[in-house]
Amino acid sequence: MTGADVLAAIEIRDRTGTGCVAENGFCPDWIADNIDKYWSPLLEHVFLSVTSVAIGFAIAFTLALLAHRFRWITGPTIAVTGALYTVPSVAAFLLLLPITGRGNGTAIVALVAYTLLILFRNITTGLRNVPEEAVSAARGMGLTDGQILRQIELPLAMPEILAGLRIAFTTTVGLATLAFFAGGGGLGEQLYSERAGTGGLNFKSNVVVAGGLTVLLASFGDLIFLTIQRLATPWRRAVAS
Amino acid sequence: MAAGGGVVSAIVAQAGGTPGLGCKPAPDDLGTFRDAVDFIFSQRESVSGGACIGGFEELGDLAVSHMSVSIVALLGALVIALPIGLALGHIGRGEFLAVSVSNVGRAVPALALLAFFVAFVGLGFVNIAIVLGLLAIPPILTNTYVGVRQADPDTVAAARGVGLTEGQIVRKIELPLALPIIFAGIRLSAVAVVATATIAPLGNVQSLGNPILEPQNYGGAGQLGAAIVVALITLATDAALGGVQRAVTPRPLRAPLWRPRIRRTPLAVPPRTEIS
Repeated sequence: MTGADVLAAIEIRDRTGTGCVAENGFCPDWIADNIDKYWSPLLEHVFLSVTSVAIGFAIAFTLALLAHRFRWITGPTIAVTGALYTVPSVAAFLLLLPITGRGNGTAIVALVAYTLLILFRNITTGLRNVPEEAVSAARGMGLTDGQILRQIELPLAMPEILAGLRIAFTTTVGLATLAFFAGGGGLGEQLYSERAGTGGLNFKSNVVVAGGLTVLLASFGDLIFLTIQRLATPWRRAVAS
Repeated sequence: MAAGGGVVSAIVAQAGGTPGLGCKPAPDDLGTFRDAVDFIFSQRESVSGGACIGGFEELGDLAVSHMSVSIVALLGALVIALPIGLALGHIGRGEFLAVSVSNVGRAVPALALLAFFVAFVGLGFVNIAIVLGLLAIPPILTNTYVGVRQADPDTVAAARGVGLTEGQIVRKIELPLALPIIFAGIRLSAVAVVATATIAPLGNVQSLGNPILEPQNYGGAGQLGAAIVVALITLATDAALGGVQRAVTPRPLRAPLWRPRIRRTPLAVPPRTEIS
């Protein structure tokens, strides 16, 4: 393409784009021109989701290991994380604002709170469903409690733990669309607000791109955890095939 | 709370307000949370001026609208998801459908779904009820399916043996046995719907989200006050349906809902010191 051709192409695109935008249609040209406005919200969204799930996993994993050793911890933990899970996300973001201020931090605190129930439940279920015979055999072979946990129980609980991570990640991606209430940015801001400069809620092309990106992000994360799940549990595939 | 409210009105009365409006300007010397609580219990002049906002009455109206759209959505979801779940569970097929519906449902954020509807389908009560209903379907469908599949096969076989028709088996055996799990799904859906109805104002339906989405009128106190009310209503919905769920659970099955089922009995292996 020569320089003149490129210029002509841009002009045509601009003209058709404007007409389409004015009619509020679905405008591939507008999307092609404006797609770079979505990259940084997308990155923010990824950052919010990944950080929250990572912190949530660290907390839930610690709690689950404690609950594995001291059974009485399970009930209270489920009750508290369950109550946190029930509070609507919009309300949670707003309730946190006066305490933690606007910004990423507030959004992450709320998102972490939502991952706890899912992750804790899945990790404890996974540990509890490890066949008793496997643990007994390991103990008979002289493994210490720590070795049993690391070499027997955690690997066997891996499918449930990763299933929990899948659910937690997709849920968090969805909830992070509301993080803009806490000033956390993300794709929700593009989707909802006209201030983001992409037309907001009433502009079809914007809704398709911003909404589509969140769905894609959730599905992509799901796929990654599914792949890890398959790689981490080779014995399952052996049984299946 | 009542005593605090009295002090608040005294302060407001001193400050005075726009004549003829019927409410006082927002108090400006309360802490953030006390200001929000004051917004819930007493009217005040809006931030932009010229209108009365807040107070029990307005929030009550908003709550009624909030709950009506939620209930319509939930009933719609029940009418669709329950028969499909029962049928699929009964014939034992469609596990893929039941599972993927819930996976897809999770991957589509509520705000994105609402935005699609607002941009492509339209605004209004019916559209918003459909959006909320779509969010409510996956948990009900999946739980109904799982609940029916978990009904004791011996019981079902016995029912068939004494001559019940397939329809009777579904209605009289499988549905009652699956009821606790179905209600767990309804509870999840109801909480999600009530929580999500907060963003219904984006589709032109009044809800408790109005003060949250219009800070230019309601101010920070309105946002926070409405957030508190939304949180309380959601927790109340959860608790109420939790009670129903427990009520429909046959007594012998109740305990495991509260105490985790302990599969592993204590090991009958002597301490390791004795082995070595």
